[in-house]
Amino acid sequence: MTLISRKAPSTVLLTPVLLLFGAFALLPMLGVVVLSFTKWDGLGSPVFAGLANWTRIGHDDLLLNAVLLSVLVMIGSWLFQTPVSLLLGVFVAGAQRYRSAMAATFFLPMLLSSVAISIMWRDMLDPNFGLFAGGGPLNQQWLGGQTLSLITVVFVLSWQYIPFHVLIYQAATRQIPKSMYESAVLDGAGRAKQFWHITLPQLRHTMVTSTTLILVGTLTSFDIVFVLTGGGPGTATRILPLHMYLTGFSQYDMGYASAIAVVLLVSGLVISTALVRFSGFGSMESTQEGVA
Amino acid sequence: MRVHRYLRGLLALATASVLAACGTSGPSASGTGDITVWAITGGYNAVFQNSLQAYDTKHGKHSQLQLFQSDTYKQKIQVTLGSGNPPDVFENWGGSGLSSLAQQNLVVDLSTTPGLKDRYLPSLLGSATFGGKLYGVPMNGISPGVIFYNKKIFAQNNLTPPKTFDDLLALVRTLKGKGVTPFALGGAQRWPQLMFEEYLIDRVGGDQVIDNILNRVPGAWSDPAVLRANQLITQLLGEGAFEDGFSSVSYDTGQSTALLYTGKAGMQLMGAWDYASIKKAAPDFVQNGDLGWFPFPTVAGGGGDPSNLEGNPANYYSVSAKSKSVPDALAFLQENVMTPTYINDMLSAGRTPPVPGIRDQLASRPDAPWNTFVYDLAQNAHHYALSWDQALPPGQADTMLTELSKLFLGQSTPQQFSAAMDKAAA
Repeated sequence: MTLISRKAPSTVLLTPVLLLFGAFALLPMLGVVVLSFTKWDGLGSPVFAGLANWTRIGHDDLLLNAVLLSVLVMIGSWLFQTPVSLLLGVFVAGAQRYRSAMAATFFLPMLLSSVAISIMWRDMLDPNFGLFAGGGPLNQQWLGGQTLSLITVVFVLSWQYIPFHVLIYQAATRQIPKSMYESAVLDGAGRAKQFWHITLPQLRHTMVTSTTLILVGTLTSFDIVFVLTGGGPGTATRILPLHMYLTGFSQYDMGYASAIAVVLLVSGLVISTALVRFSGFGSMESTQEGVA
Repeated sequence: MRVHRYLRGLLALATASVLAACGTSGPSASGTGDITVWAITGGYNAVFQNSLQAYDTKHGKHSQLQLFQSDTYKQKIQVTLGSGNPPDVFENWGGSGLSSLAQQNLVVDLSTTPGLKDRYLPSLLGSATFGGKLYGVPMNGISPGVIFYNKKIFAQNNLTPPKTFDDLLALVRTLKGKGVTPFALGGAQRWPQLMFEEYLIDRVGGDQVIDNILNRVPGAWSDPAVLRANQLITQLLGEGAFEDGFSSVSYDTGQSTALLYTGKAGMQLMGAWDYASIKKAAPDFVQNGDLGWFPFPTVAGGGGDPSNLEGNPANYYSVSAKSKSVPDALAFLQENVMTPTYINDMLSAGRTPPVPGIRDQLASRPDAPWNTFVYDLAQNAHHYALSWDQALPPGQADTMLTELSKLFLGQSTPQQFSAAMDKAAA
């Protein structure tokens, strides 16, 4: 991170990004905010509805359920993805050839489309024709159980995204100067101590980045859950983005769906801002102070 | 830097909002008489192609048939017809979806088109008629819900098709005792559960109760018949009538039907379209005469007419009012849909055309026992209700399917179901 200049890029360089971001992110967002004050089923013209959609948010049990599920999925994903990605990332950062070979296989899920991944897992976990349908301890209601289906969703999400975070940690680990480990060895530190006192602190910034991506990415993830469970059984996996989609495109209540979208948007902003603030990322100094 | 970290999350949101804000652009009709027809892909593709081909040949046009998967087709219609570059003719399910298109004047009134209306069995036009005007005409086979069963399993256990719900319960117990799943149920899609709800309410309470529900009469969902029907459902659930984990078993991808023809389940309540799917997935099963069927049983003391049907009367062709080739689209419907050639093509595909006076033709064809069974059901039906998830407004339909899933999962009681639905319908 210290390698990047703290000086802001010139306005000229920023223009294309700003234009694209404005046209494809800010403008639609503004549209959604406007739509959230209307009643519209996708046909005809939106009708101004005042605060009706927003007062409805206050007493919608399904929405509350969706928010709760989203929070659970976010926490679950973070708890699962962070240690696994960190350990794998540090492992495959090693120079040994077999580790590079393993890294290549680890990254495979990243290349597959989310829909393909979901269909694959859905069929493998099918209670009657799936991998474990024959019986045994693994013959569970992976997608049909109330809590189990949510755990499965977290697992499949993580299966897809862990490779990405492994990649981040791998790159970051390789940035750590060898000299630090050399002096640690001279001081008599073993592998565990090296990991604990050098690798981990050096990866602080990376962890904040990875955590933000996991939390915001999970908050907005839609495709995997949509294909894997469709929100079921019942409403057991109807997370916030899915609730938004079903409200908009199954109930054709675009106004209320837009209000939910705004909630989603604001939550995403709040989470990432809070992370940056409380982790002290903005005021962090170099992690390599004193390194010659 | 800060902007970049937000980007990923924001992009996902932005994509969703772009989807909401604008629609996919549809094909353009230039008024040349080349028409664009949208339909759902499946067993009818040859029928559709032949009919459009015949239109093109006769009029010297170059029309276009676009086929879609059924999953997202409903959304596609809504978005395209709302945004204004629609196909000339499009398949749809009738019911509330078509009704809201009609309210916005986005579809053409077909009631005055000569020679169109009289072609069909009258009981099938109700789901496309609003305010006395006809906005769609049937374009595929009659598809009421019936119970398919595995004859081999029934024979092994000396079982016969049940006439009453009590017979059905006894049958469920026997099968369960033998380690066979009585009913295959594709609960992942939610609507297969609705078929039980519709039929049981109909058998217990009759079509007045159903009309009240569909017309959103206050308190309609708290009718004793609804409560009683849902108690019968909980009774079935208590007996373990459905396969383990039915809520994650999919009908759309064929898993639930596979349970039936692989002998893991004895029965499946499903729309008549499943016959063709079974025939395709397991031709030997049908060929060997192992596939049986019977109408939904009666309920003792129930007020419903046993001839009443639930399910999809048929799918419909509607003409977009924004089409630049309305007269040509109408000509296509008049000259090429449900004409003798079209009907013949449908019969070759093993489907039951929704037109009067073809019983003899059906009887002389392969699949005669099946086709005459469905045809007789439709012809003799006192009341033929469109699936409620299509008939009710989308918001209420979605709530109904969610609440029904909760009932099937044992997360709510019949009383809670009724209360929740009355609230949603208010």
